[in-house]
Amino acid sequence: MHVFSTLFAGLLFGTGLILSGMANPAKVQNFLDLFGTWDPSLAFVMGGAIMVTMPGFWLVQKRMTPLYHDVFHLPTRTDFDARLVVGAATFGIGWGLGGFCPGPVLTSLPLAASGTLFFVPAMLVGMVIAKYTAAPLPKTPAV
Amino acid sequence: METEFTPFASLLGGGLIGLSAVVLLAAHGRIAGISGIVSRILPPSVDKAGLPQGIIFLIGLLLAAPLWFVLTGSAPVQMVSSNGLLLIIAGLLVGFGSVMGNGCTSGHGVCGISRGSARSIAATVTFMATAFVTVFVLRHVVGG
Repeated sequence: MHVFSTLFAGLLFGTGLILSGMANPAKVQNFLDLFGTWDPSLAFVMGGAIMVTMPGFWLVQKRMTPLYHDVFHLPTRTDFDARLVVGAATFGIGWGLGGFCPGPVLTSLPLAASGTLFFVPAMLVGMVIAKYTAAPLPKTPAV
Repeated sequence: METEFTPFASLLGGGLIGLSAVVLLAAHGRIAGISGIVSRILPPSVDKAGLPQGIIFLIGLLLAAPLWFVLTGSAPVQMVSSNGLLLIIAGLLVGFGSVMGNGCTSGHGVCGISRGSARSIAATVTFMATAFVTVFVLRHVVGG
């Protein structure tokens, strides 16, 4: 069952990206093009997602533990550091340039557009480089 | 190139993305952040415990487009630039930035904002701002 739930979650996520138009980089870039061919659709994607996650997360977290796991793995950091801001800024530049972020580009992989086939390996390399350059984080005790 | 404004499909699609995130949290207690799920199974520090679930989630993600084709009879509409160099640079920046900043559109933009995380709100405002500026420069300064 736990395998099925993960597979189902991936399938739902990808289907949502396709249905919403986020898997089309032209639509993403048009959302970001306020002074050109602006397409506000993406605001509705984010709105639709948050309308489900906000009450959904709240309901789920009223439980003590997840269904198939001992604990919730939620981010606990609340500090602001340069890595957060510089990383997000860098991500945004790449997102604007290509119109792709990680979920949509992986969902698009089976469609095999040549641009996607360039983007995905480069993205994986970028991730590995960032992991190598990351300062070792202090071990936090498992809660 | 213009794209059609699709408020209902986008709202519904967004709802499915949100539902996926709720399923993942309810079943496994994890945040549906795609950059995190992918980067955790990459070297140098492979998360061996999370590896099977990460791969299964990604298989689900990769099955969405083929399933869409089977159910609707047509491939999802896409207009991808064929400028290989531009997309390689974009991919590098997206991969590097999302790992350095601990999240992307899904982890920070959807899940983090829903949890009221100040870090995620700051990250989302930051990447939205640089993305808007990048497209402006790309289309109205460089591209003209």
